[in-house]
Amino acid sequence: MIEIRIRKHFPRAHGSSAFTLDVELAAQPGVTVLFGPSGAGKTLTLDAIAGFLKPDSGRVLVDDMLLFDGATGVCLPPQERHCGYVFQNYALFPHMNLRQNIAFAAERLPRLERHRKVQEMLARFRLDEVASRAPHELSGGQRQRGSIARALLAAPRLLLLDEPARGLDAPLRAELYDVIREVRAGFQLPVVLVTHDLEECFALGDAMHVVREGRIVQSGAPESIVESPANLDVARLLGLFDLFEAEVRTLDPGTNSSRLRFGEFELSAPYLPGKFKGDRVWIYVLPERVRAMPRDGQRPGQNQIPSTLERMIDRPHAIRLEFSNGLRADVARSAFAGWAGTRDWLIEYPAAELRAL
Amino acid sequence: MDGDSAGSPYNGEFLMNLDWFPFWLSLRVAALSTILSTGVGLWLAYVLANRTFRGKETLDAAVTLPLVLPPTVLGYYLLVVIGRESWFGRTWEALWGAPLVFTWQAAVVAAILHSAPLLIKSARAALESVDHDYERAARTLGASEWRLFWRVTLPLARRSILAAVALAFARALGDFGVTIMVAGNIPGRTQTVAVAIYDAVESGNGQLARALVLAISALALGILWLANRLQPKQAVR
Repeated sequence: MIEIRIRKHFPRAHGSSAFTLDVELAAQPGVTVLFGPSGAGKTLTLDAIAGFLKPDSGRVLVDDMLLFDGATGVCLPPQERHCGYVFQNYALFPHMNLRQNIAFAAERLPRLERHRKVQEMLARFRLDEVASRAPHELSGGQRQRGSIARALLAAPRLLLLDEPARGLDAPLRAELYDVIREVRAGFQLPVVLVTHDLEECFALGDAMHVVREGRIVQSGAPESIVESPANLDVARLLGLFDLFEAEVRTLDPGTNSSRLRFGEFELSAPYLPGKFKGDRVWIYVLPERVRAMPRDGQRPGQNQIPSTLERMIDRPHAIRLEFSNGLRADVARSAFAGWAGTRDWLIEYPAAELRAL
Repeated sequence: MDGDSAGSPYNGEFLMNLDWFPFWLSLRVAALSTILSTGVGLWLAYVLANRTFRGKETLDAAVTLPLVLPPTVLGYYLLVVIGRESWFGRTWEALWGAPLVFTWQAAVVAAILHSAPLLIKSARAALESVDHDYERAARTLGASEWRLFWRVTLPLARRSILAAVALAFARALGDFGVTIMVAGNIPGRTQTVAVAIYDAVESGNGQLARALVLAISALALGILWLANRLQPKQAVR
């Protein structure tokens, strides 16, 4: 169990504007993900937990141990915090082989016990055969596991991972996720992971905190955050949605419906709790739920908006169409083949898929 | 041809009869001063690279000063500090029964002052060039600052530091101004190569001067070659 409440102000410096880190979060055993764009303060938060950054105020509590307390002036050095830290570049010491690297974490133990524990850890992470190799002779996956094994051998109270999947190709990424799941299952300790990859949040995260400009803007399970983003910033950060602004025309809780005005068109949507008639609201919808079809001179039907195709973007699973009025839709590659060259389209928003911020 | 000798000046007999004492003295002085300034220099470099404290910039400036001051000025300061009238000089004399100035030990002090700044500057840069993630990783693994320095930082900066030590040795070998101020020019006792060359040229002994110049040049070239070999091709990552 970790409880963190930290505040630190970074005054304006060369080439960077002033920045305030003001983070409050709790983490249970399991994987807690800090999600946010670069420069949001995710890594700074890890550094404050590990003891590389001294906050101006607040406190960091791990289990019943106070690592930092601004009020009483407690600030333990990193050596006494027992926080495992896996660095982005793994930071395996280049002048030691893998076994020596891992043994470095256990040098206080008596020789025999140290040897046994190092051996155990090597076996657990399937590294026994490469233990005498130098880090540069290891594969990316072995370096990853070695770095995690080294951090765990020091018997940490929690494990911090700083963008461990950054720059990895897809197979290595999948391997890393498996290793982290093994750690979650095999060691009873909280894992705090920093990432800007939403898929990683879903693959690993038991809990997720969205960090933006030094603050946590939303917390919860990854599914619930994607289901209902707290505000426009979060919705934009997730990068999943089509967003457009509309005006509320009518609201009817009785039939669980509402009418929205978008430009010169009207759309039906579910009832929008907490909104009033005349409000300007941001509507978010997953592009894969939007349907697009060639217009062929038809009149637009229910929840259909006529649009002019501006450009097409090839994506792994579909073709994304972008229209001159700012709307977007995904169309399956096979379906699009028959419609190539069409300029005038109808976009249909299924009423149940429209949500408002 | 040379006026001071007939025939080939560099025959075997000449080299046999040449007084090599200044050469050996210089090597001894340079070796001892390099050992001492490596000890002190590494410590100062570590402090400058890792600690933040009041007066750090002042200390850095004080360390750099000997690089830019004229050697005679350094020698003068040194005379004030270790001269027979100073408390240091008096203590030394009480302990050892003889003054420090105008001995070969004084030449060691002079060589330290001449070479340590270069060593500290280069060693600091070498220590600072080590990727901080290694040091941070060692800290999270519970390593004390002392163990971290000996087991991680120093081994990673090893080559650059050895190169700096080699250059410091070469510089200690070549000191003239400070040495002549505090150790003097006593043949057979405090006359180092640099001083001996000056002396030989002044007294018209061109043969001796040339022999010593060639010997020192060859040695310096050798050290430079070694230092370049040691210097890592790219920064330690």
